[in-house]
Amino acid sequence: MDFRDTPDEAEFRAGLRAWLVEALPPGWQQQPPHVGRWDEDTARTWARKLYDAGYSGITWPKEYGGQGQPYTYQGIFLEETARVGAPDHIGVIGLGMAGPTITAWGSQEQKQRYLANILSGEEIWCQGFSEPGSGSDLAGARTSAVLDGDEWVVNGQKVWSSYAHIADWCILVVRTDPAAAKHAGLSYLLVDMKSPGVEVRPLRQITGDPEFNEIWFTDVRVPRESMLGQPGDGWKVAMTTLLHERGTLGFALTAALERAVNRLITTAKETGADSDPVQRDRIARHWVELQALRYTNYRSLTTLVKTGVPGPEGSVAKLHWSESNQRLTKLAQELLGERAMLSGAGGYWDGYWAYQQLRSRGNTIEAGTSEILRGIVAERVLGLPKSR
Amino acid sequence: MDFAFSEEQQMLRASARDWLADRYPLDRVAAISDGDLGYDPDAWAELTKLGWLDESLELTDLAVLCEEAGYGLLPAPFVTTVALAAPAVGSAERPASVVHDGLAPDGAAVELLVAGARVVEASACTITAVDSVDRLRRYARVELPEADAGESVTSTPDAQLRAGALLACEAVGVTQRALDLTVAYVKQREQFGRVIGSYQAIAHRVSDVYVQLELARSLAYWAAWSVEAGDPQAEVAVAAARSAAGEAALFGCEAAIQSHGGIGFTWEHPLHRFYKRAQWISSWSGSATSQRAQIATALFGD
Ligand SMILES: Cc1cc2nc3c(=O)[nH]c(=O)nc-3n(C[C@H](O)[C@H](O)[C@H](O)COP(=O)(O)OP(=O)(O)OC[C@H]3O[C@@H](n4cnc5c(N)ncnc54)[C@H](O)[C@@H]3O)c2cc1C
Repeated sequence: MDFRDTPDEAEFRAGLRAWLVEALPPGWQQQPPHVGRWDEDTARTWARKLYDAGYSGITWPKEYGGQGQPYTYQGIFLEETARVGAPDHIGVIGLGMAGPTITAWGSQEQKQRYLANILSGEEIWCQGFSEPGSGSDLAGARTSAVLDGDEWVVNGQKVWSSYAHIADWCILVVRTDPAAAKHAGLSYLLVDMKSPGVEVRPLRQITGDPEFNEIWFTDVRVPRESMLGQPGDGWKVAMTTLLHERGTLGFALTAALERAVNRLITTAKETGADSDPVQRDRIARHWVELQALRYTNYRSLTTLVKTGVPGPEGSVAKLHWSESNQRLTKLAQELLGERAMLSGAGGYWDGYWAYQQLRSRGNTIEAGTSEILRGIVAERVLGLPKSR
Repeated sequence: MDFAFSEEQQMLRASARDWLADRYPLDRVAAISDGDLGYDPDAWAELTKLGWLDESLELTDLAVLCEEAGYGLLPAPFVTTVALAAPAVGSAERPASVVHDGLAPDGAAVELLVAGARVVEASACTITAVDSVDRLRRYARVELPEADAGESVTSTPDAQLRAGALLACEAVGVTQRALDLTVAYVKQREQFGRVIGSYQAIAHRVSDVYVQLELARSLAYWAAWSVEAGDPQAEVAVAAARSAAGEAALFGCEAAIQSHGGIGFTWEHPLHRFYKRAQWISSWSGSATSQRAQIATALFGD
């Protein structure tokens, strides 16, 4: 057991720190935090900078544009970028979901075709899993794909699809065999969002931002070879997409929470709450929760590095982070009192905390609701009988 | 970065778990707890033979042993000795405890007592057993023969930190046992024609215990490592670990009692002994709130 950086890790960290100082605009850390998602241009430019400097796809194979480094380097990258509040890479879905799934299931050509463009931010991906009739119950998906010659013809509707309005590609779960049992009838397609018959309609979220979308598919023709796995493998492939979270998603979440805790501390100082023992206790609790998340990730990652499989404790990361983040942002709002109710330029940090609190409500819904995740812990980790 | 116990430490854990299960099944622990002493006087010689009291053990080795001692409720003054007294005594060879305000946990089960900056032979003191909630770690009232009795010692500066880290590990062991007992029970107990573990109200609470346990475990191991390595964050790491592990142990035991229904509320069932140990750990030398106050001071100043 040793939590210190190895000499190689320390060198990587030092290089990254120096690079961040150069790459971010002067005075970056003195500015108040950014409210809302990054605009497309900033996020794209930042992705390109990361890619050119070799900080994109740190753990991905070299032959597909990655750096072939161990997972610990990805952890360090997320820690350091969080520390300075660097923007996010635009290709969140590509990096976290589409890329790893293509790496696991794709053909040589598919890996060649898609992976490097994800890293450079040139191509943006969205995820078409949820439908109006099936969210938590993903296997109930009804969007259909029927083979016609060398093409799949897709019809149906997806919903809540983040980034679809700017996406070039979509990982799409479709039903290819309506006669087969629920899970066995699914397949997994890579769909060009510029195909005729794809229509995207933005949906406004409770924050006011239109970040997710409906996607309508009307006789959309998809080349036969744009499938991951075989027809009928869709459920297994989709599980790869969802389970990938256990790898390094925990680090991204820790990084986000670290940023939030640091900002909470700043807000406490600026509002004088740092001299109130009750609020000090609540803030210290958040600091403890942050460290708990951090070291649980380290533990899970060590198991991953040693055995190739992340430890079961990794399953707590998203569940814990989402609820911790909700409490934290609510506390920050409380510290501001009525001031928390001003958004835009008149508000504290341009209404940052109000936005964060509203956005955090989605954290316990997206990527598996907390109820579904508790069920997964109960059934898969603790071996309790199925509840349904 | 490497967050795993070594192979030797994993073997140490496995052998400790087996030995405890074999030597102290829960019904024997219950009998000892209900008996006159509250500990097994023969245990110490065995612990010595097993190497649990060796000077060569690092803090992360002791972390493993304290966790297992919590898991099995080892009926001997092992944790009090290695966690509380050994840094002042200088060794764990003889069973020892510490006196706070005239009271010592395991006070009637030990040979040496640390009182302030002195180590005194228990045989030279007047020791009176006191009714205690945790009957496997009973308090005794200690009257020292005279103020300058015994040998004067200078406790190492990290004594409090070692104690905090090891008690957090003991709490993790207690929580793990409460969880294991609960999982086993809710998988077989049936009501309304189904095992109760298939009801989400039960399953989700059990999942919450698992989450709290794993988070506390990470903090407890981090704390033990930080103290062992002399890391500059050791102080806040221990405060974080103690606050989280104490609360997790209480929550884990409370959830266990609730999930067991009436049987969980009986003296006969082992759960209450784990719960009382969780309460003892949480009460020792500063509440979770006071641990967080230390963290707040590190974050904000006084
Ligand atoms: C911000 C945000 C971004 C998203 N981005 C995407 C995206 O990019 N792509 C995509 O495909 N989807 C996306 N989603 C959709 C998300 O995955 C679904 O909303 C989620 O899976 C829940 O499905 P649902 O909305 O249909 O709710 P439902 O499944 O109908 O759930 C409603 C309530 O019932 C509970 N519930 C359901 N089943 C059970 C059960 N078995 N036991 C106990 N409780 C149950 C749920 O926990 C929830 O509280 C996003 C959602 C949000 C909020």
